[in-house]
Amino acid sequence: MKRIDHAEASSKFIRAKDHVEFHDKRLWDLRQKRDRASESLPEWEELRLIASTIKEHTLTHLADYLEQFERQALANGAHVHWAKDAAEHNQIVLDILNAHGARTLVKAKSMLTDECDMRPFLENRGIEIMETDLGERIQQLDNEPPSHIVVPAVHKLRTDVARVFAQTIGTDPKNSDVHYLAESQRQHTRPYFLKADAGMTGANFAVAETGAVVVCTNEGNADLSVNLPKLYIASIGIEKVIPRTEHLGVFVRMLSRSALGSPITQLTSHFRCPRPGTEMHIVLVDNGRSERLGMADFWYSLKCIRCGACMNTCPVYRRSGGLSYGATYSGPIGVIIDPTFNLRKYSALPFASTLNGSCTSVCPVRINIHEQIYKWRQVISERNQLPMIKKEAMQIAGKVLSKPLLFRAAVDAAGAGVERLPRFMMYNRLNAWGRQREVPQAPPLTFRQWYLKHRAKPRSKR
Amino acid sequence: MSGRDEILDRVRRSQPAPLPLPTVPTFDAQSPTSIDAFRASLARMGGKFIEAPADGDLDAQVRTLFPDAKVICSATPEVKGNRRIETVRAPQELDDVDVGVVRALFGVAETGSLWLSEAQFKVNALGFLAQHLVALLDPGAIVANMHRAYRHPGFAEAKYAVFMTGPSATADIEGVLIHGAQGIRTLTVIPVPA
Repeated sequence: MKRIDHAEASSKFIRAKDHVEFHDKRLWDLRQKRDRASESLPEWEELRLIASTIKEHTLTHLADYLEQFERQALANGAHVHWAKDAAEHNQIVLDILNAHGARTLVKAKSMLTDECDMRPFLENRGIEIMETDLGERIQQLDNEPPSHIVVPAVHKLRTDVARVFAQTIGTDPKNSDVHYLAESQRQHTRPYFLKADAGMTGANFAVAETGAVVVCTNEGNADLSVNLPKLYIASIGIEKVIPRTEHLGVFVRMLSRSALGSPITQLTSHFRCPRPGTEMHIVLVDNGRSERLGMADFWYSLKCIRCGACMNTCPVYRRSGGLSYGATYSGPIGVIIDPTFNLRKYSALPFASTLNGSCTSVCPVRINIHEQIYKWRQVISERNQLPMIKKEAMQIAGKVLSKPLLFRAAVDAAGAGVERLPRFMMYNRLNAWGRQREVPQAPPLTFRQWYLKHRAKPRSKR
Repeated sequence: MSGRDEILDRVRRSQPAPLPLPTVPTFDAQSPTSIDAFRASLARMGGKFIEAPADGDLDAQVRTLFPDAKVICSATPEVKGNRRIETVRAPQELDDVDVGVVRALFGVAETGSLWLSEAQFKVNALGFLAQHLVALLDPGAIVANMHRAYRHPGFAEAKYAVFMTGPSATADIEGVLIHGAQGIRTLTVIPVPA
């Protein structure tokens, strides 16, 4: 499988200047809203610690909690299915739909179904799927995956949406008024809620104590998807289980504050039993999670509650766009999850980071994201997955940095080089750093020269 | 071995050494419990709060608030409306409802959320297919925060429960906030003792 070249893919995004500027600003605005929301709760840091500890407890007892969740769900009258991987998940969903003769599916946003590539699988087998979240619908109509786990179309401007809607649902191509576009999607989607044979959601949390599936949304689309059709299917990653209802208090208080800066999503819905005369099916999906649970350095990533705060704060993500990661999960959390799916394909992603640690400090469940990014770099270099230029550069750097005399000679030569070398020797494909920016002017003195001049006077002279 | 047993077996073999479950405080000291706090939180989430009329005529109040409404479907005895939820057989019949009326079981001061379940809605879709929703709330039935809310006995019974906080909303295009995404366009809370 081809390696995703994050730098190359992001250079495409960076060329669209209006887009990258807006993207950066919009996500930084979300980060600032998150700061205000978290600062308004004096107990925020205590909540983070509790949330992290609940998740770590649950993950270290996961099999028991999964069994408890299954028992409760069955007692509630739901059906429970288990899927080892994406292919099994998609087949299970298709079989459920076929058993009910269901042809039309209204769907709330679910990263898990994107991870499983479910939509094309079902569409190729005659199922019509309506994504009902506005951002996810924009992406479906534009034939693109979501670029952000909370705001799927955040990389698009209103004019892009106007173009997509004009081509697909017949809006006025010249009208890019946001109210008009959102209202058009509402009107277009509503008949599907009324006629759909089945509804589907993912899950933010699954409560072992009660068997409830908890879904946090703003648009009302999940509640419409579940409360109208005669068939409801929920796809849930096995790491989403939490022990008790009271634990929801901790996570719900943090989720939307971290994601959007609002104290709670407009709707926090708890689906426990099927409505009379309808069926509820729960598909519990592994797809690599049990393997990740056994990875000593990386199992903490399973604590993730998918708030997207790490993406909003990441300088690399904000300026490269989610699609450049070439994976379902992008940004810092994607960087540490994606290599577990395919180390070679995603081996460039852990290098899409400055290791500034901001992701770790905003994470509501205290995942040590930047440390894991660093550890993935080690794994990738040990398993010989570094691209040639990076490897050569690192080997040379290793030799130079370990020998002071060689290092000083190199610094002098580099300083002279910046001033005197012709451009084609400075800015070429070996200098990745110089591709988007000018190499700065070297200061008149190196630190060592400055130090020798000012500080290295013999003490005896005093 | 079935897929289920295989997954559980792999999970068991992968689980790191057991870590303890913390107790969760309710953080009461940090959270005011009052209708005023609820009202402020609700406003922040785009919901309206309107006092009940002095003469207690809630039907007239709803008609005044929504003068163009043709179908007012009520799930609470305090408001008659012109369609009773008890007459609705399938949720799709609520497609033409302009205003739904319901009584919330309790509210949450921290967030301005209303707690509603199938016992309040009778037909759950009322809270989402209606264009507008009016919710009655007992001003005495306010809990401080989400920790208290999740300890409410309502959860023991509910087959379906939702914290509804303001109207449906989206900011998926350029972050522009739109009220009335796929669900209700407005939410109006009227304090009426139960």
